[in-house]
Amino acid sequence: MRVPDITLPPIIASIASKLPATPPTLALVTALNQLVKRGVLPAEMELLAGKRFEVDVLDAGIKLRFAADEARFSVDQSTQAPDLRFAANLADLARMMLREEDPDTLFFNRKLVIEGDTELGLIVKNLLDSVDWSDTPLARFMAV
Amino acid sequence: MPKLPELVCPAGSLPALKTAIDHGADAVYMGLKNETNARNFAGLNFDEKSATAGIRYAHDKGRKVLMAINTFAQGVDISRWQRAVDQAADLGVDAVILADLGLMDYASRRHPNLRLHMSVQSSATNYEAVNLARDLFGVQRAVLPRVLTLDQVGHVIRHTDVEIEVFGFGSLCVMVEGRCLLSSYATGESPNTHGVCSPAKFVRWEQNGNTTSARLNDILIDQYGQNEPAGYPTLCKGRFEVQGDTYYALEEPTSLNVLEMLPQIIDIGVSAIKVEGRQRSPAYVAQVAKTLREAIDTAGREMQRFSVKPAWQAALGKLAEGQQQTLGAYNRPWK
Ligand code: SF4
Repeated sequence: MRVPDITLPPIIASIASKLPATPPTLALVTALNQLVKRGVLPAEMELLAGKRFEVDVLDAGIKLRFAADEARFSVDQSTQAPDLRFAANLADLARMMLREEDPDTLFFNRKLVIEGDTELGLIVKNLLDSVDWSDTPLARFMAV
Repeated sequence: MPKLPELVCPAGSLPALKTAIDHGADAVYMGLKNETNARNFAGLNFDEKSATAGIRYAHDKGRKVLMAINTFAQGVDISRWQRAVDQAADLGVDAVILADLGLMDYASRRHPNLRLHMSVQSSATNYEAVNLARDLFGVQRAVLPRVLTLDQVGHVIRHTDVEIEVFGFGSLCVMVEGRCLLSSYATGESPNTHGVCSPAKFVRWEQNGNTTSARLNDILIDQYGQNEPAGYPTLCKGRFEVQGDTYYALEEPTSLNVLEMLPQIIDIGVSAIKVEGRQRSPAYVAQVAKTLREAIDTAGREMQRFSVKPAWQAALGKLAEGQQQTLGAYNRPWK
């Protein structure tokens, strides 16, 4: 099962950008915290603590903003600029998360924008890469 | 059928290691989470636990694990490098890949049964150097730098019984391998000293409209317009203004790809083909391992009749840095 090559129509972005971004962000941080707690996400939280992140889903017009402290992730309500920003279309983000596509490949092909603290970006990328999904119920969704 | 070279794939994490094995790698190479290896990137590489799990996974499937300890031991305290060798031996890796002669000496004395591979970082380009390493330390394989033509590789092979490994795919590090200091010039850190070229903490990408600027320690390395393929901001691959012209003054950002030459590589008796990219994700490892596995097996079966399948070229092309591929020095006319 591969992610189809689609870009969401602009109308979606213009509607979604007017909706509050908190519910999807809340879902994301809850999932992240669960994964950390269960030891699936081998996060060295000291490396992430105090940092603000933004995942910008370009074609959906959604910005997910969250932050980390020594123990957990939380929704970032502040207006401060993030330390690290990823921006891409939904299909490419999905490919990256499902390991169909390597983030470097997307970056080389200009489908992924990485801005801010590059070392932090590398930590996050390597963190996602090191998750052994075969230990989790999500295994069957992953490409590799 | 001729003896096929081993396919040696990179593993920056446990999932990448498993993926490489599942997609046909004969061996994987990995490093520890410190400056003892040339991909010392934040969050990358193995600790004791993941290394143990990875080695078990590989050995269960009859594949090998090589541990790269391929930076040069720095300063007065080289114990960290020696400890890495001890750790590799304790973990039960199939070989260590070393660059530092002092470390080879240590490894051969302390762990006489540990197989030694000479890293590309050692810059051994002739059979005399390779044979010397064999005589002194019992080195059993040497990885040749990407500066030799295929004829020259064949020449080395004919004059040594040490196994020869060559690079088959990945980003190119174009300068005399193991001796490049460009990254130190901009950042004070380079592969042989800190295990990383152009460390991420010095890299900034700035988005300005559709243009991305890549800076290394504030030095502008390159700018990419809309849809122009991007690369890593290493100095060697930057565009610089030289006498009024802005261009790739040192080297174009290309990737090495030896698909076309596989029959010759097999024919001259290369023992192993290495894939670059421990910093890349499992998705990359999967696609490269699968493609090269198929291509090497096909080349071994068909030899002279072999032709590269467009699908392989497309799969590798997509992954490449710079969107241009080259046979590198292998097919240069120089002698
Ligand atoms: S600057 Fe280029 S040639 Fe030099 S070590 Fe880095 S990648 Fe290799």
